[in-house]
Amino acid sequence: MPCTARDAAAAVRRGADAMAEHRDELVELDRAIGDGDHGENMDRGFRAVVAQLDLADPPTPGAVLKLVATSLISSVGGASGPLFGTAFLRAASSAGEVEELDGATLAASLRAAVEGVVSRGKAEPEDKTMIDALLPAVRAAEERATSGADPAEVLAAAAEAATTGARSTVPLIARKGRASYLGDRSAGHLDPGARSVALLLAAFADVTGVE
Amino acid sequence: MPVGLVIVSHSDAISRGVVELLGQLAPDVRVKSAGGMAGGGLGTDFEATSAALADAETGSGVVLLYDLGSARMTAELAVESLADPNTAVLAEAPLVEGAVAAAASAQGGDDLRTVADAAERATGGTVEEVGQPPTEDAVADSGESTVTSPRVHRELVLENEVGLHARPAALLARALTGLEAEVTVVAGESSADARSVLGVMGLGARKGNRIDLYAAGPDAEQALRRVVELAERDFEG
Repeated sequence: MPCTARDAAAAVRRGADAMAEHRDELVELDRAIGDGDHGENMDRGFRAVVAQLDLADPPTPGAVLKLVATSLISSVGGASGPLFGTAFLRAASSAGEVEELDGATLAASLRAAVEGVVSRGKAEPEDKTMIDALLPAVRAAEERATSGADPAEVLAAAAEAATTGARSTVPLIARKGRASYLGDRSAGHLDPGARSVALLLAAFADVTGVE
Repeated sequence: MPVGLVIVSHSDAISRGVVELLGQLAPDVRVKSAGGMAGGGLGTDFEATSAALADAETGSGVVLLYDLGSARMTAELAVESLADPNTAVLAEAPLVEGAVAAAASAQGGDDLRTVADAAERATGGTVEEVGQPPTEDAVADSGESTVTSPRVHRELVLENEVGLHARPAALLARALTGLEAEVTVVAGESSADARSVLGVMGLGARKGNRIDLYAAGPDAEQALRRVVELAERDFEG
């Protein structure tokens, strides 16, 4: 089953729920190796997204993604605003104005998202950042999409790989962002940005899997 | 109109402080502050940065300077969101020194690219303790172009009221624009690169102080002639 604007909006709302539910967990993760505001920032950002979704009725999946991007950029301070904002902005450009995304176009949007994050944040794999969750997710999504999977299957594969990828950040030493100031002391902690990516993709997969 | 400037900082106090500093040495340059979050907290605000970018635009373009990592990302996004992203340049430079150099360049009427380059060449305004004027070798080592040209020296006594304060230092740096010459200003025990506005200010040279100027490079003679003329005009633009 393809992904329509309505599916995309439902997925984003589920993502917002996940950010609210895991707000304190993300705050704790960020307090350990950052400045402790990640959970608050993501929750505030996605509440702004939902408020915008309530006002507008974006006609395409791309328009939904664009709305998410502009809301996050305007409402999230710190690095997460520009980074997640850029991810959704590039995904929106990739999705274009089509009415429905299939598995392949969805995987292409995810690819565009990770490339946007890399160019904005200049992080590489194993720098202990959101890239460590997003990049394996994109690879898994592309692999599923090439075998003709639909959006639900593509997102399920992406979510699973993102969860594993996020977990892989625990032993890493941070080389980007605030956590990099801690040097070796950043090891032993889950990266909050990677955790957010995994939570969002799991929430998106959850919705598309139901329909 | 001169090129405009936007100072993007996590802190409202930092960006407003930089704007205040630049106001003194580049009074004709439109400098706008984008610091802190809308609610007053620390962080960088995309809307505020975009608004500052629009306010600073005079038709000649805008150079943005930033303090820390995510300020760069916010500034980049603001530039990419412009109708024509080529009208603004994000400078990779130390915030204060870069902003001072950019303001001096903009005040001098330089174009967008030149103003951004001035910021990116700024390097923190180090003041070296020298004890004695740089030797021939020390100056020659500072650049390849000096090998074939002699080192030039002038001395002068500062007659203007404020000495080498912000605006004179900015004018001094600007006077050297376009010249191929390494120019060092020596005052008492300290020396500074003449193009570093903060470095020259840091010499603390006052009215009545004697300063020594050393230049090397193909345009060394011309460089010192310009500086001496500027001093003879009591650093009046």
